[in-house]
Amino acid sequence: MIFLTVGTQLPFDRFVKIVDAWAYNHPEEEVFAQIAEGSYIPKHMEYIDYLTEQQYSEVFNKSEVILAHAAMGSVISSLMASKPIVIYPRKASLGEHRNEHQLATCNKLSHLDGCYIASEPEQLYSHLGDLRSLHGGSISPYANQDLLETIENFIVRNA
Amino acid sequence: MKRLLAVASQGGHSVQLMRLKPIFDRYETTYVSTQRRTGMNRFTKIIDANRNAKIRLIFLFFHILWIIIRERPDVVISSGAAPGFFAIMCGKLLGAKTIWVDSIANAQELSLSGKRAGKFADLWLTQWQELSNKNGPQYGGSVL
Repeated sequence: MIFLTVGTQLPFDRFVKIVDAWAYNHPEEEVFAQIAEGSYIPKHMEYIDYLTEQQYSEVFNKSEVILAHAAMGSVISSLMASKPIVIYPRKASLGEHRNEHQLATCNKLSHLDGCYIASEPEQLYSHLGDLRSLHGGSISPYANQDLLETIENFIVRNA
Repeated sequence: MKRLLAVASQGGHSVQLMRLKPIFDRYETTYVSTQRRTGMNRFTKIIDANRNAKIRLIFLFFHILWIIIRERPDVVISSGAAPGFFAIMCGKLLGAKTIWVDSIANAQELSLSGKRAGKFADLWLTQWQELSNKNGPQYGGSVL
């Protein structure tokens, strides 16, 4: 199964629309979408406005590939679960976010194993066209040692 | 045992907060967020609010203030956003040591709440080396 999530803060119709078009051409693939009250209603995939946290975990665990906007929650969860994630950033220039930080985030994430960046629909289709070759990344369950030490040392010395 | 208050709004902020769990496990930690995540043992739920919802924001502020008065934490730590900023501000004013870890999503500039938190954070961290500077946030590692 493929899980498309646009998060819970804002809809992302442009993304949902392209994935829906892809789902129309690939009836053999099961796609489920969380669309956050988007005005575009998918016709070729199952969808819901918001999943509860428990439902979210169930759908996430069942999915082989995650499609998401450039949100760190989805990115980190996918890396931790070793699931490939295809990231389609929101563009503030199209009114999809308050600023262009999702584009900047994408540039920084592009080197991470298991993260596939698609800034244009063609790139998204090309990643989806090669679905079975996408692979998940792997990261440790916790923050890097530097950050853990920085914070722990501060607490020990100051609090 | 020292008391920690670990605060984050939903989604990526709370996912990043939980990447610091080895630290939280060493202290008596209370988690404050919009939804309980696995591993948040002592937990207080807050409402979701951001700067586009002023009345909710005011309500959230007083809730956070109340939580800090009730818990009397030695350390307040947050990964964002609005509730984290309130917690850092109230925590600082009520005598706690405060730690702000700006979200890794902010690779080009600090978040708005992160910039504001600088005034109240004893340890003010960005997760990007490029964004650290002498009068601004420090870089001290990342959640990845």
